Amino acid sequence: MRNKYSIFSLFKNALSYHENWQRAWKDPAPKKEYDAVIIGGGGHGLATAYYLAKKHNMQNIAVVEKGWIGGGNTGRNTTIIRSNYLWDASAGLYDHALKIWEGLSQELNYNVMFSQRGVMNLAHNLQDVRDLKRRTHANRLNGIDAVYLNTEEVKKFCPIINTSQDIRYPVLGGTLQRRAGTARHDAVAWGYARGADKMGVDIIQNCEVKGIKRSGDTVEGIETTKGFIKTKKIGVVAAGHSSVVANMAGLKLPLESKPLQALVSEPVKPIIDTVVMSNAVHAYISQSDKGELVIGAGTDDYISYSQKGSHQIVEGTLNAILELYPIFSRMRMLRQWGGIVDICPDASPILSKTSIKGLYFNCGWGTGGFKATPGSGDLFAHTIANDEPHKLNAAFNLNRFVSGDLVDEHGAAAVAH
Amino acid sequence: MFLINCPYCGERDQQEFKAGGEAHIERPKQPTELSDDEWAEYLFMRKNIKGVQFERWNHAHGCRKWFNMARDTSNDEIKAIYKMGEKPPTQ
Repeated sequence: MRNKYSIFSLFKNALSYHENWQRAWKDPAPKKEYDAVIIGGGGHGLATAYYLAKKHNMQNIAVVEKGWIGGGNTGRNTTIIRSNYLWDASAGLYDHALKIWEGLSQELNYNVMFSQRGVMNLAHNLQDVRDLKRRTHANRLNGIDAVYLNTEEVKKFCPIINTSQDIRYPVLGGTLQRRAGTARHDAVAWGYARGADKMGVDIIQNCEVKGIKRSGDTVEGIETTKGFIKTKKIGVVAAGHSSVVANMAGLKLPLESKPLQALVSEPVKPIIDTVVMSNAVHAYISQSDKGELVIGAGTDDYISYSQKGSHQIVEGTLNAILELYPIFSRMRMLRQWGGIVDICPDASPILSKTSIKGLYFNCGWGTGGFKATPGSGDLFAHTIANDEPHKLNAAFNLNRFVSGDLVDEHGAAAVAH
Repeated sequence: MFLINCPYCGERDQQEFKAGGEAHIERPKQPTELSDDEWAEYLFMRKNIKGVQFERWNHAHGCRKWFNMARDTSNDEIKAIYKMGEKPPTQ
């Protein structure tokens, strides 16, 4: 039984110089058989396991992770959370997640540092203005908070933005979702891992999946570097490596895996207290609690699993950042890295059953999956437990690529997430 | 970021090129007779290989010609470059 984290446990452990904190999760060897196995120990995978155990009473389950938990895209993203998507299906999906975020720290007894500092999206040309106004109306019809700001209101909300009309892409306006914000990405993985472990879920790290065993059209288990694990249900939450796992089962997915880069600056005093995104010039920026500016760059156009991207992508983003925020002209960048994102043709995710019984995929989140972590886990757990999608993820099935019923979020979301 | 040896212009910075995705996907010969599943396969489903993959590239800011490439996507190492219409290298 794990102890509850509280001011009292903090005080008690301070007396022994914080040397006696209990483990947050165990390090078990895999059992021979589980009721379900989740492949991928990132935020989405751990959340799936957590909700399977909590809401669907499936405690005899495991999460297998080839590296360490939260070591992939969960620990590499720019932590932006918002739900102001254009289409009804997406609005439902992402706002479901945002509502869970609002109570997540209390639910997990783990501070995920969710901060509703607002997310502002800028418009730089007439088409942007029209698109963002349309999106604001669509959001309101779906019960999602959204306001349209003119240039002066943008300047008032974030004074360091250069709103001069003389720059190459002047700021003509923007939208603001006040309920949106950021969270601490590692804490999300750790909080879900601790919560799942407490309910009996085995979290098996350094365990790479090598094959998926099928008998006809039904799954029987997985081959891993720690031996064969028998199971009737497999949930694949492998992000950039989804196609690799799908190939093991003889499936093809409508995905392309590409490098996405981000970077952080040296830490400075608080200067920007919100998140500002610009699709047109591709620059988005926020400031972490440590004081680093967190900057998201774009994807390269070629398929790669190398976890590194091209220099010119970073250069393009920094050009745009400097034009919008001349105040940062002498900032030095501290770290830059890449992650591999799995992109769907319609820039919407897949949370779906497959043609193989007992094999489920949660993938295709592309460049913006972090914001959906709690909702994705909740809905994917529902899909696995009931062998049927929840109404909120029904539209995000694999069959949409056959029927043509796509959820095209390219205009609203594909560039900056 | 890497250098690409364009079969028409020689070695140039990758920045001059545009990636065109998986190569050797053949356009259906009789599109009117295709089922929805076959259309989905042709339009959307991709191998997305981790390892050596055959793909199309375009020298967009150069000669603007298309060509094929065999590249290891796990480390971005280019294994071979061959012209459109040629068969992929076997090794």
